[in-house]
Amino acid sequence: MRGMIEKTGREFLYLLETIGRMGIFFTTTLGNILRPPYHPYPVIRQVYLIGSRSVIVILVTGLFTGLVLGLQGYHNLKQFGSEELLGSAVALSLIQELGPVLTALMVIGRAGSAICAEIGIMRNSEQIDALECMAIDPYKYLIAPKFIAALISLPVLTFIFNIVGILGGYLAGVVLLGVAEGAYFQGMYDSVVWADIRLCLIKSLIFGLLIVWIATFKGYFLHLDRSGVFGAEGVSRITTDAVVLASVTILVWDYLIGSLILS
Amino acid sequence: MKKMNLEMIVGLFLLAGFASFSWIAIKMGDIKFFMEDSYPVTARFVSISGLKEGAVVELAGVKVGKVSSISLDSSEYEAVVKLNISDQVQLQDDSIASIRTSGIIGDRYIKLTPGGSEEFLTPGGEIVETESSISLEELVSKYIFDSK
Repeated sequence: MRGMIEKTGREFLYLLETIGRMGIFFTTTLGNILRPPYHPYPVIRQVYLIGSRSVIVILVTGLFTGLVLGLQGYHNLKQFGSEELLGSAVALSLIQELGPVLTALMVIGRAGSAICAEIGIMRNSEQIDALECMAIDPYKYLIAPKFIAALISLPVLTFIFNIVGILGGYLAGVVLLGVAEGAYFQGMYDSVVWADIRLCLIKSLIFGLLIVWIATFKGYFLHLDRSGVFGAEGVSRITTDAVVLASVTILVWDYLIGSLILS
Repeated sequence: MKKMNLEMIVGLFLLAGFASFSWIAIKMGDIKFFMEDSYPVTARFVSISGLKEGAVVELAGVKVGKVSSISLDSSEYEAVVKLNISDQVQLQDDSIASIRTSGIIGDRYIKLTPGGSEEFLTPGGEIVETESSISLEELVSKYIFDSK
């Protein structure tokens, strides 16, 4: 009995410590982003790694998401005889929900895991300690460029995803199933308003922040993880943790932002 | 040809994103860089139930404007709808504005029917002849309960 209470207390204290450490990690990074000197080159390099390299994945997933939406939407709307609503159904579900969420999940899988493993290995092989020895702030040199790059890349990828998805819906709905082309696009232009686009933008920015925050945090504090496993196994465990935690967090926040803004 | 370097790829990536964003924003978000010339007119309805801001205004089936705002006149208990009509279209002062539905469950829009007057509406003028939205439920209940 006493053991159980002690265990619960330990768990709670560990959770508290982790949350606090995440907060301190975030504010330190924010301070380093705002403080000069600014180095654009590392940011460009990170935009390449997080953003440009994810474009192919985004194109493929976006296209097929759009195709599925077009196909499903057509058959469901056909029952009510209102196929002309297909365009607005596809565009609204892409811009409000699927675009930001699926892009974020893809980026977690492609870039989030890579970021976490990279920093985890640097911590593991004491490269971060080496940076500190050379008086190079690891936050400024390692973490800050990744934060800025993720905040730039996520909205860009999300809007590419939206466009390709709308194109996919067009292929399935108009080219294959014969919805009128004018109805598809006009319905879309009429029903999507600026508030939807703003919601999409806000979501993608917050998701970008969450992804990079969780991935870098998990990697950076590899040595403080409770499991105490170091080395290759530790990196693998921490990367899995980061991917799972980030994916779940994205879905929870998607609901929170949606209910906050749509209400 | 020079091989693509990192900066060029990132530049291309950002350009693609910016292009996608601006296409969506301009086409769908009603952000206008070139203000379309239009003039406002108002119309009063007994009921506009289902009409939303941004709804289409049609004349002879052609889109000629949009609903810019909806408010309630609390002394007359009437809905006051502001319409933005394209400068290309001149409306007679006895034009009729009626609220219609596209399809059975479709969006509400405002249908304008031209009048026969010689006088034209000036910017800020009011369409006097209006027809309120038809509620399917009211029609059905009228049919059921009046036929006793």
